[in-house]
Amino acid sequence: MAGALSHFRICDFTGQLAGAGATKWLAAFGAEVIRIEDPVRQGRWDILRGIGPFADDRRGIDLGGAFNNHNTDKKGITLNLRTDKGKEILTEIIKKSDAVTENFAAGVLEKWGFGYEDLKTIKPDIIYVSNCGFGHEGPYSKFKTWGPIVQAVSGLTFSSTLPQQPPAGWGYSYMDHTGGYYMAMAIMLALLERDKSGKGQWVDLACTEAGLSLNGPALLDWTVNQQPMRQEAGFNSNRSQYAVMAPHGIYPCQGDDEWIAISCRNDHDWMQLSALIDADLADTVKQWCSSFDALQYRLDQQDELDEHMMNWTREREKFNLQERLRHCEIPVAAVQKPAERIDQDPTTGNFGLWPTVTHSQIGEVRVDGLPVHFSETDWHMARGAPCLGEHTEEVLVDLLGKTTDEVTRLREEGVI
Amino acid sequence: MTVLDGIRVIEIANERIAFAGKLLGDMGADVILVEPPNGDPGRQLPPFVDQEPGDNRSLHFMHYNTSKRSAVVDLNSTAGQSTFRDLIGIADVLIESEPVSRLSTLSLDYADLVGTRPGLIHVAVTPYGRNEPLSDLPVTDLTLMAAGGPPWSCGYDDHSLPPMRGWGNQGYQTGCHFAFMSILTALLHRNVSGAGQFIDVSMTAALNVTTEAASYSWLVNQSTVQRQTGRHAAVKLTGESQVRCADGRYVNTGVPPRFPKEFKSLLNWMKEIGLSEDFPEVIFLEMGAAWDGPFDLSMIGEDETITAIFMAGRQALVKIANSVGAYEFFTGCQQAGLSVGLIYSPEEAFEDEHFKARGFQVSVEHDDLDRTVIYPGAPYRLPQSPWSISRRAPHLGEHTEEIMALIQ
Repeated sequence: MAGALSHFRICDFTGQLAGAGATKWLAAFGAEVIRIEDPVRQGRWDILRGIGPFADDRRGIDLGGAFNNHNTDKKGITLNLRTDKGKEILTEIIKKSDAVTENFAAGVLEKWGFGYEDLKTIKPDIIYVSNCGFGHEGPYSKFKTWGPIVQAVSGLTFSSTLPQQPPAGWGYSYMDHTGGYYMAMAIMLALLERDKSGKGQWVDLACTEAGLSLNGPALLDWTVNQQPMRQEAGFNSNRSQYAVMAPHGIYPCQGDDEWIAISCRNDHDWMQLSALIDADLADTVKQWCSSFDALQYRLDQQDELDEHMMNWTREREKFNLQERLRHCEIPVAAVQKPAERIDQDPTTGNFGLWPTVTHSQIGEVRVDGLPVHFSETDWHMARGAPCLGEHTEEVLVDLLGKTTDEVTRLREEGVI
Repeated sequence: MTVLDGIRVIEIANERIAFAGKLLGDMGADVILVEPPNGDPGRQLPPFVDQEPGDNRSLHFMHYNTSKRSAVVDLNSTAGQSTFRDLIGIADVLIESEPVSRLSTLSLDYADLVGTRPGLIHVAVTPYGRNEPLSDLPVTDLTLMAAGGPPWSCGYDDHSLPPMRGWGNQGYQTGCHFAFMSILTALLHRNVSGAGQFIDVSMTAALNVTTEAASYSWLVNQSTVQRQTGRHAAVKLTGESQVRCADGRYVNTGVPPRFPKEFKSLLNWMKEIGLSEDFPEVIFLEMGAAWDGPFDLSMIGEDETITAIFMAGRQALVKIANSVGAYEFFTGCQQAGLSVGLIYSPEEAFEDEHFKARGFQVSVEHDDLDRTVIYPGAPYRLPQSPWSISRRAPHLGEHTEEIMALIQ
């Protein structure tokens, strides 16, 4: 079955997550994504190639678990761009590609002789999407980033915090994931533009700008009301940011590091919740709920309210409490650990969110699927990430029409 | 003219999907926000212009509904349902976040609509997907995030403090990113096949696959990451990377120096600001600067000299951070080739010279407020297909008449 994007070929230099995540989406919908890696450095520019998690005791540049997760269904070839023949082969691939994608530091591809002007000469309607931290223009264009640096500079780390504590930030590269999403959007928008006008273009994606754009209402509160988010008193980001809801937080439950998130959107939710709490606590402690019936009081005395909430939740098992609150139609969710949301929560399994792919060396392994389903041209993941140079011969023979003898010679000459 | 000009989108107003409509509208799509007679409840969300609640004063609504038109259509009335069907007749995309069986009950679901509008792309964005009854239970951004995984990885070394959720409706926005990517994918497919389709987006699934190592550590070898202050949650705990600078602001010190030239820059900087004299480990920085060739990173913890050099690099960064302001630390380290970051508040980032120079601050005329309002700008730059806020957020039913004229 043809995929939604089977008619596209991507000449792909991306790596890590911010870039590889973008072309993973395209490959899952059928695009032919050809990853180009350096045989001299054994593809190590993508540091995820050789680092854990590992499925077993074996180690090596083909066995990285994160690399496998981000590069499903792509082809991998090696090409030594220090050689003229390597550059010639790349030129042939670009001629047959719809887009060239990369997330190097600004200017790297240009230094190799494949900047946008060069690419256009090779193929006039080529789409070139570069993704780097600060973009190719502006005072910080030479500055380097990785996910946590993007999050820091774009305001996202700051807004995940408790008062009187340093920022908690994001315990993972939210902006590598999300930078990859914006890169995928940029590639597809440019493909739609080419469908329409026949024109290619260079999209200069700056991950920090994508990150900054995710703070919308806070930025308008600043530009219109001059209300800064940095204030002496600090804030608790588990509370509602602007919508006036209380209680609204993450509370401890029975057991080790077990938590539950509860949001009361309005007085109705609160009346439901306080009836539940009252019933639980009637025999043991003085009833306190009724003093919090007024929303303004709940908001003004939120610290005290949260203390009461914690004393109530702490004695209860999180999934049981989740069931009871769901029954009352109060927004609630246990803070799920990876094992719980992946293996026990039936909603992710039912959705088919964790497909098993086959990697040439690792074998069968589960990966992140996509959180969407298409009725006509759904995504599909079958193959793990390519081992270094796994598809070099296939691409050179099938796509470029080389003979196997020529491929052997290129290998001997250190071109591939 | 820009890339999505000519694509008409019907968005059934709902706070959860407003951002997807904005992403479409700012790239040129004609996004018609279909609102009930009493308006999208999102119109009442704070913050407000001049902190005064009132009609057309919600900054939240203003941000998420740029480049859209508004039409009042009462889906609870037979006449409204008929109008809606007519609107679908001239639309390319329907995006909604209704209870899972509401549209089928009204005979307005994909199966009912595709006959009158072949090629329709219908995107349903729900908490757990269209086939899960749980999707009809109430959620907030906080509860979606807790269920989907992010808070498990975010928080502090001290696990008596709760897991944290970052602000900014990132749960809703993540669902919207996938809705938008799905629509672009379906449009590219429709360009060659003529066929539309129904697309089911799960908001919690979107978060589940946006947690980096938390998911794949479990998937690959059933290990569980633990949250840490201001840095990646990890299976094996790591050293601190967040430092408070002399001006009280924090920085992320990133990856410590690894190359001789980085040690050299660091050493020179310490000398310049007079810190090298009371830093006994300066000898190791000197050794790092004079090292021949690249370091073997795998020898950290094995080889005493290499370990000492790395430790000294990390300590030097902390010492400099403690002695200078956060901005000076950020720009100084970056100029020395070290990838570090200043932990800006959103408004500080917005005012930073880099983003200003790139034109990230965008002016939008507000005839309704008698002023110009500065908005955050383009998340990507497509020179052939420019992003722009084509109009301020619509007032309730502001375009009902002109939109009804399209279907008469």
